[in-house]
Amino acid sequence: MGSGLSFDVAHLLAGSLVLVSFMLLYQDRMYALLNIFALHALVLALSVAWQAYVQDAPHLFVTAAIALIFKAIVIPVALRRIVERLGIHREIETVGGVGLTMLAGMALVGLSMVVMLRVTGDADPLAREDLAFALSVVLLGLLMMVTRRNAVSQVIGFMSLENGLILAATGAKGMPLVVEISVAFSILIAFIVIGIFLFRIRERFDTVDVRALDDFRGERQ
Amino acid sequence: MTILLLSVVGLLVLGLVSIPAGHSPRMSAIVYGLSAAITAVLLAHALAHLVSGSGPVSQTMPLGLPWIGVHFRLDALSALFLAIVAAGGLAASVYGIGYGRHEESPGRVLPFFPAFLAGMVLVVLADDAFTFLVSWEFMSLASWALVMAHHREADNARSGYVYLIMAAFGTFCLLLAFGLLAGAQGSYAFSAMRGEALTPVTAGLVLALALVGAGSKAGLVPLHVWLPLAHPAAPSHVSALMSGVMTKVAIYAFIRIIFDLAGPIEWWWSVPLLVVGACTAVLGVLYATMQEDMKRVLAYSTIENIGMIFVGLGLALAFAANGFAAAAALAMTAALFHAINHSLFKSLLFFGAGAVLRATGERRMDALGGLIHRMPRTGIVFLVGCVAISALPPLNGFASEWLMLQAILQSPDLPEWVLKLSIPAVGAMLALATALAAACFVRIYGIVFLGRPRTAEAAAAREVDGYALTAMFALGGLCLAAGVLPGFVIDGLAPVVSGLVGARMPTQAGMEWLSIMPVAESRSSYNGLLGFLFIVFSASMAAFVIHRFASRAIRRAPAWDCGFPDPRPAAQYGASSFAQPIRRVFAAAIGAKETVDMPLPGDLRPARFSSVIRDRVWDLLYQPVVTGVAAAADRLNRFQFLTIRRYLSLVFVVLVGLLMVLALWQ
Repeated sequence: MGSGLSFDVAHLLAGSLVLVSFMLLYQDRMYALLNIFALHALVLALSVAWQAYVQDAPHLFVTAAIALIFKAIVIPVALRRIVERLGIHREIETVGGVGLTMLAGMALVGLSMVVMLRVTGDADPLAREDLAFALSVVLLGLLMMVTRRNAVSQVIGFMSLENGLILAATGAKGMPLVVEISVAFSILIAFIVIGIFLFRIRERFDTVDVRALDDFRGERQ
Repeated sequence: MTILLLSVVGLLVLGLVSIPAGHSPRMSAIVYGLSAAITAVLLAHALAHLVSGSGPVSQTMPLGLPWIGVHFRLDALSALFLAIVAAGGLAASVYGIGYGRHEESPGRVLPFFPAFLAGMVLVVLADDAFTFLVSWEFMSLASWALVMAHHREADNARSGYVYLIMAAFGTFCLLLAFGLLAGAQGSYAFSAMRGEALTPVTAGLVLALALVGAGSKAGLVPLHVWLPLAHPAAPSHVSALMSGVMTKVAIYAFIRIIFDLAGPIEWWWSVPLLVVGACTAVLGVLYATMQEDMKRVLAYSTIENIGMIFVGLGLALAFAANGFAAAAALAMTAALFHAINHSLFKSLLFFGAGAVLRATGERRMDALGGLIHRMPRTGIVFLVGCVAISALPPLNGFASEWLMLQAILQSPDLPEWVLKLSIPAVGAMLALATALAAACFVRIYGIVFLGRPRTAEAAAAREVDGYALTAMFALGGLCLAAGVLPGFVIDGLAPVVSGLVGARMPTQAGMEWLSIMPVAESRSSYNGLLGFLFIVFSASMAAFVIHRFASRAIRRAPAWDCGFPDPRPAAQYGASSFAQPIRRVFAAAIGAKETVDMPLPGDLRPARFSSVIRDRVWDLLYQPVVTGVAAAADRLNRFQFLTIRRYLSLVFVVLVGLLMVLALWQ
């Protein structure tokens, strides 16, 4: 197999991840958001698996498996149950319109392309593209956290941001497995803590809209 | 070298061990005894290295930063300052055996005392920037903890706070200086820095940073503000260490950076040193003369002496840059000799102040008086310290300041007109500072030890314990020995001086009658021994004549009462009355203000006189910074209360902004 094909496939998968990030940006229904997030994690798992195959690095398969099992299955299912128990199937609101958010997202992707392609001028082309896409995914995740008010969708934004980090790390050859495992565990623990907090917030304020917290603190909006 | 490092480890372990054991008086005596033993070993080792004249010893340990390690080196310069640190530490430890027994919170002093000593020893042994800065910061933090030992007393918390900020600022400047010295390769070992060639601009920056960084620890004006707050706040034996020894470690840092690491020196470097040193000397002693608190007088007087030492270093720079090796050696010898002397008599005086504080519970001079009857031994040895610091022959202060003035007399040979004109002015300022220092110590001795007790506590004072007296008399003896036989000290300093300026003073040991001749017999010579013998002989003759031939009949007569026959001790000449003429003359320089509140005729309230002294430097330099920081903090306070999403948005905006910068750069 030539390096051309491996490059193209890696490129395709990383690009798809950016695309799915865009889909996350405009999803304004809970279940749809969770489904897209599962898709996001699935694409990440595929991308990592492809990297493992191309780089001939078996430990990356473990990373892919972790991504698949935890992020594509366990966390979406758990979040779905949380959403059901909280009873928030209603439409979620975004700050600013969908169009504006998408435009901002495009600008961010453009920015990360310009920065990464310039900074990593003499690196391996595969790693270059990979890093540029990864930075886009990270920025889009951050944008999502900023534009959402609902705590659950902020959690999803955070998780997609972390997916971007994993993509960057696998693209740069030679990430130790122990780093990946510790990151996975920290995400899991963050998920548990956030899940518990969601219920606590809900118990106290009857909503998971973080505006209620701000009102309670007596701050400006 | 191994012995030295083991001693440091011993001190650190001693500090750790005394954490649980620090509450019984017996343990405190054991801890101080052990630290005295360790510092004695250090002192012996340093002196042996200095006297034997053996070459530098170095050692690298695989500690600290990976691949860099920790470098230690003992050369003549570090051996000299190690000896100063160890001698001060030994005296303070011996003093502490007795003094520490009455410490009210030994758990706050004992663990940090050996750690502080260990930090100072490590600073003088360090041979790379990383080790140096870590040890320096360790020394600062340990001394800060000691300043905060009595943290519930009024103003001590503020003193500690100011000290902490100034110490951090100083370390920051030294960090930058080492960063410039390391050059593009970023090699932190001193041996690599020596080979680095600096551009004139970089070298000037290194000088400025070293002057600010080391000068803030040493107490140069205008960076001195923390010193009179922090040094008196610590327990007295620690005050002695901070004033007598830690300021010398700062001078060591300056000498190491400028004379050893910074490469070829230029003549204009001496100008800032001379100006800052002379101003420091005069302002320090002026403020010292105005203080009401014994320990604060001593702390301000430290500032004065540091100024003198820096003037000596500036002279050495000026002469060395112009190739006058002999004069440079003379100036450098004077500076180092004065550093040794100051560490001796300032420790002695702080011990004396501690003894008075213990005996009476008072530091205010106006609450003391007549202590020479209650504490005769402390009184005598404190007098020795006062005479030494006032630069009176035959004690050591005179010898070093005389050498300093001899160096100043060499200045007309210099080719630069700036130096030709400014050095005599600096010399005049030094002479003024010395004269004022004499007034200052006449004042402190006269008010505290002479006259009648002003309070009941002063009247009930009792002599301190034997350990404290031993430490004080040992230091007093060293002051006398160094003053009477200065030739041996000068010869002992020769290897250090020749390592720094490439020449040494002529050998003094072989001179007739043990006199010293810095340049040539036709120019000047001084014989401390003959002076001492003459003073002893004439004084004993006078005493003998008076006792032998004077009338033994007792006459009773009314006491001279100044037209004011009030028998209360408060009517004596007091501390502020003594300072008043000097305060009036120098009112503009020190920001002194007197106000008289005179009632109208017929009004029955008493007239009031008040005099305020404000540190101008604080008002002009520090107050704007304090106000600015407070205002900025008020403005930024809003950011404490944003919503979670706004914080996220801030992070996001900053991240995007930085990426934009990266994208638009180039």
